[in-house]
Amino acid sequence: MNNTLHNYAHARAGDKGDRLSLGVFVYQDAHYPWLIQQLTAERVSEIFKHRGISNVTRYLLPNLKGVNLVIDDALQGGVNSALNLDGHGKTLSSLLLSMEVTPP
Amino acid sequence: MTVIVGCGAGFSGDRTDAARPLVDALIAYDAPRALMFETLGERTLAAAQLRRIKNPDTGDEPLLEEFLSPVLSDCLANKITILGNFGAANPDAACNRIKRLAQNCGYPQACLATIHGDDVRERLTELDWLAWEGENRPLSSLHQVLAANVYLGAGSLIEAMEKGAQVIITGRVADPALALAPLCYYHDWALDDWDRLAAGALAGHLIECGAQVTGGYFADPGFKDVPGMATLGYPLVEVERNGRLVVTKPAGTGGLVTEQTVKEQLLYEIHDPSAYITPDVVVDLSHVSIRQLAKDRVEVVGIRGKPAPARLKTTVSFLDGYQGEAEISYAGPNALARAQLARETLRQRLAMRCPSDLRSRFDLIGLSSVFDGDTQNASQCMHHQPTDIRLRLAVEHADKKVVELATQELLALYCCGPAGGGGVRRTHSQRVKTASYLVPKQQVMPTVTLHGGTASE
Repeated sequence: MNNTLHNYAHARAGDKGDRLSLGVFVYQDAHYPWLIQQLTAERVSEIFKHRGISNVTRYLLPNLKGVNLVIDDALQGGVNSALNLDGHGKTLSSLLLSMEVTPP
Repeated sequence: MTVIVGCGAGFSGDRTDAARPLVDALIAYDAPRALMFETLGERTLAAAQLRRIKNPDTGDEPLLEEFLSPVLSDCLANKITILGNFGAANPDAACNRIKRLAQNCGYPQACLATIHGDDVRERLTELDWLAWEGENRPLSSLHQVLAANVYLGAGSLIEAMEKGAQVIITGRVADPALALAPLCYYHDWALDDWDRLAAGALAGHLIECGAQVTGGYFADPGFKDVPGMATLGYPLVEVERNGRLVVTKPAGTGGLVTEQTVKEQLLYEIHDPSAYITPDVVVDLSHVSIRQLAKDRVEVVGIRGKPAPARLKTTVSFLDGYQGEAEISYAGPNALARAQLARETLRQRLAMRCPSDLRSRFDLIGLSSVFDGDTQNASQCMHHQPTDIRLRLAVEHADKKVVELATQELLALYCCGPAGGGGVRRTHSQRVKTASYLVPKQQVMPTVTLHGGTASE
């Protein structure tokens, strides 16, 4: 069994200009403190660094058992400028969920 | 009193049969009701501006008739106000088309309203611009500006409802404003009642992407299962005067409304959750709670609001060179090695034949494409042996001929490349880029124009 974040959380990507946002939520409320430990801004930066990102901001939403990650310059110019097939970066929620984690 | 707002489209290419079950459900409510259509993205508006420049009679939503004709007469007959940004770059063109639709379904006196004032292209120099957060292009560097469109708020839409409009046609307005306007109108919310306005704007945000809150863009088999993907119900939001809101969908439709679907949509395209900025109110989501009340009924509470921003976001669209894409497939034994050889050959040919300022990107679709950076720095370490690879080239340059030359080099792989390449496709297009700025709200003056009769006729 591979231990990726995908087993414990779900996510949706959004875009504005060259800025990617990722809403991430645990399936089980009890895993929320664990999610926050795993999903540090540093680890998220590591996953997206090959795309030339400049900053990761992490917002915690304890009521929703969720985290909003905002990643600057992740979209290679954004929807109207990128050469990437996925200019919106919609698939990048799956890149985040492929992150290896220490199981809760 | 509860006001019900449904959303019949979440983007320009959305399902055109989605609004029908929604309107049946709206009719069954004994309450004030409205139906919104959100069909405008940054990319969609830029494309609409290009169409309008080529032909001044176009530039509105191409699927307008398909979206509206199944439901227009029932909405007019049942006092369901329709609000849509399907005017895109040309609200008047959309108005003319809807007028014809209304005549054809027996409502020649339908009262339509167009909202203008989002288009500030002619006033670019007189406006007091600031760069939007995250924007690094100075406005002065843009050349060949096609369009500049301000995100208008709900104010002029409310005014149109007060004047009796049954169908309200806008260009660029903030998406949630399409729902906030009927909520303000029926609930008589003051335009500085920040907590109520925040609830209304959030109601709009939750439904503005159509099925994204009812199980669309959500399914992940075995992890997040969604019933009835082919018949997804589009969302309805029930909003009480005090701002309490419930997200639901028409009975008998596919999809689902759960805490999970609502959570994903809640944060969609939002940055700081304590300051989701709309033209009408700054929404604070940091205290929001979500609760499943019953099957396909989810309540959202704890929404707070802060005063509206002093400046409005404006998207400037401008022409910036040409883009080309071309692809070729390699399959079967040793497919990856052949595709990699094709990529290397293509790289060398572009270096030999094209100017050094050609922007290019190569993808090995089937090995690594969308996750990768423009320089393929992630896929270098992938060594699995896929047997179906499509090599993709994407290029950009100011000169159309350079772009065509680059994709022609991929085409030439038919005879000059590795063995067994096939299925070449090439496309070229003019690039419309966008940049975002902020202008003072008082410099933006939206206007409402009525067309046709009044609601009382």
